[in-house]
Amino acid sequence: MRRCRRLRRGWLRNERATRGCADAPPALPQLCQLADGRARCEVADELYWKDEGRGGVKDTVDSYVTADGRTIGPVVMEMKNITLRFGGVEAIKDISFDIREGEIRAIIGPNGAGKSSMLNVISGFYVPQEGEVWYKGSRRPAMKPFQVAQQGIARTFQNIALFEGMSVLDNVMTGRLTHMKTGLFAQSLWKGKAEAEEVENREVAEKIIDFLEIQAIRKTPVARLPYGLKKRVELARALAAEPSILLLDEPMAGMNVEEKEDMSRFILDVNDEFGTTIALIEHDMGVVMDLSDRVVVMDYGKKIGDGTPEEVRNNQDVIDAYLGVAHD
Amino acid sequence: MFYREAGDFSTTYAEDQQTFPIKFDRYRYYVVLFIAIVVVPFFINDYWANSLLLPFLIYAIAALGLNILVGYCGQVSLGTGGFMAVGAYSCYKFMTGVDIWWGGELLFRLPEFNIFFSVIMGGLMTALVGVLFGLPSLRIKGFYLAVATLAAQFFLVWLFNRVSWFYNYSASGQINAPERDLFGVLITGPSTEPWATYLFCLFFTIVCAVIARNMTRGSAGRKWMAIRDMDIAAEIIGVNPLRAKLTAFMVSSFFVGISGALFFAVYLGAVEVGEAFGIQKSFLVLFMIIIGGLGSIFGSFAGAAFLVLLPVALKVVGVDWFGWPTDIVAHLNLVIVGGLIIVFLIAEPHGIAQLWRVAKEKLRLWPFPH
Repeated sequence: MRRCRRLRRGWLRNERATRGCADAPPALPQLCQLADGRARCEVADELYWKDEGRGGVKDTVDSYVTADGRTIGPVVMEMKNITLRFGGVEAIKDISFDIREGEIRAIIGPNGAGKSSMLNVISGFYVPQEGEVWYKGSRRPAMKPFQVAQQGIARTFQNIALFEGMSVLDNVMTGRLTHMKTGLFAQSLWKGKAEAEEVENREVAEKIIDFLEIQAIRKTPVARLPYGLKKRVELARALAAEPSILLLDEPMAGMNVEEKEDMSRFILDVNDEFGTTIALIEHDMGVVMDLSDRVVVMDYGKKIGDGTPEEVRNNQDVIDAYLGVAHD
Repeated sequence: MFYREAGDFSTTYAEDQQTFPIKFDRYRYYVVLFIAIVVVPFFINDYWANSLLLPFLIYAIAALGLNILVGYCGQVSLGTGGFMAVGAYSCYKFMTGVDIWWGGELLFRLPEFNIFFSVIMGGLMTALVGVLFGLPSLRIKGFYLAVATLAAQFFLVWLFNRVSWFYNYSASGQINAPERDLFGVLITGPSTEPWATYLFCLFFTIVCAVIARNMTRGSAGRKWMAIRDMDIAAEIIGVNPLRAKLTAFMVSSFFVGISGALFFAVYLGAVEVGEAFGIQKSFLVLFMIIIGGLGSIFGSFAGAAFLVLLPVALKVVGVDWFGWPTDIVAHLNLVIVGGLIIVFLIAEPHGIAQLWRVAKEKLRLWPFPH
């Protein structure tokens, strides 16, 4: 018989979590089925989750509603005691944090703090020496980056990594590649399956193009675009994958105030409209504090703060890391 | 004046993504097809077929294949000659009936394949070999991959020279295409009609071009181009690099194999592997796509046409008109090709196809400058 733990409040991610639990309630009348098939419990003030021994499956945690009315769901991704070394250099030291569904989670820190390495761990580009990545309630085995992408994690890069030889539309369509399954033979015939799939995915891509207001440059080769637009196209490519987690590596680096405002608006809109979970790295503190729901602060590979922007702002360690501390 | 997209509205995404979105282009394409299929066979003679049209069509297929690998997927290959040899020899084996031996005894002999299917088998076998030699591409890139494919080139030529099974134990070490027909019309052998061989090659060229176009405009092509432009980003957005590269090698080798089979069976008739499929063939096809345009279907045709036409045109101008010695003209040909490679690499890395594209841009606005 599995042990079940009782948490304070929130909702159940799915019924699987309570199946086989000894002290699960006989019925969960408060559970209501969402449109996407998940069960959500909104009134219950108690929550049950399955304990699998190794630290437990944290696939059901409380959800809450933010001040601006967005519902932040349970933990969708959890980093547990991640340690990443390059030879003798410890880029990340024993860091744990989680990302909740639908939230904007910022990772900040001075240069060289290990933020980008953290993002690379999430997107499967680096394999940490120690620690586990938990995604959607189960431990993620060692994976190649393209497998991580197929699981629904998309990202943008600090230095734009667009495909320069292709048009904007083709770039956005590459974001749909994880959804396109037609075999080579069907593609060589084109008419029929391949064309239908192409059109179907083109519709999604066009929706994103429309959303990010880049219709006018749809057929322009990416190499001809200015920097700010390239950043936007890169966001479009990541969004086209309809990811469950979107990782943004310094989306506003090198932008002027106006472009930053545009980009901030797009990030908020994406989160609001598609409910996409966003994890972002950014250096502009004003932007970070305004956009994000929760912030992780890293310094020299260690986590020195984690919480709401308000909490982080008042954290003495964080202030020390950013402003320096007097040594006597 | 006529070359406009104005008034030419696409109302569906399918229409927007067709091969020739501009009406004028579409009609030009149909006209070219019509002339090639219906008009040319009536006027073709031996000289035109053998010195221009057949080599053009066959090299166009090879260039298409190599362009998929180099131009679309960014994997440099110098093994084209070797892969053409695979196509030629497997076509030969399937034409004459593959004999399987075990322990010095003949186990069985496959029936002789029709020439049409022999050519296709040539393509399929080459696709298999191409995938095999494409495997190192996951680990090595650029120059080093080129050297690895160079190894394929030399190994394959050596193999077909050494193992007498491939040339059916003939004393000369050559392979000779026996007389074969399709629907009663001779396709191979010494007494073929030019129109028949022309139409046979034309069929394969058109089908290969359509397949290449369909693949490169769809998700397979985007995967290849993503790998070409930035392989790390491609992997991050969900492209399996090994699979993308191997499919590129497969499709590319399939085309190259078909061209090799046609080159041997229909065009030359008899082949000695080191002579017909040596390293110079690999370079010739590579030059075709560099001059024609990397990453362009049209470029493959333009490059093939250019490099097939150039020696013929030079011969007509130099030898027939000016009466220069033949060897001078042949050397002049090499000088011009070498010079053009340098000029194109520096001035227009995207080749004739890009010049054509720019010309079309200008045409759309003509007679106004903006």
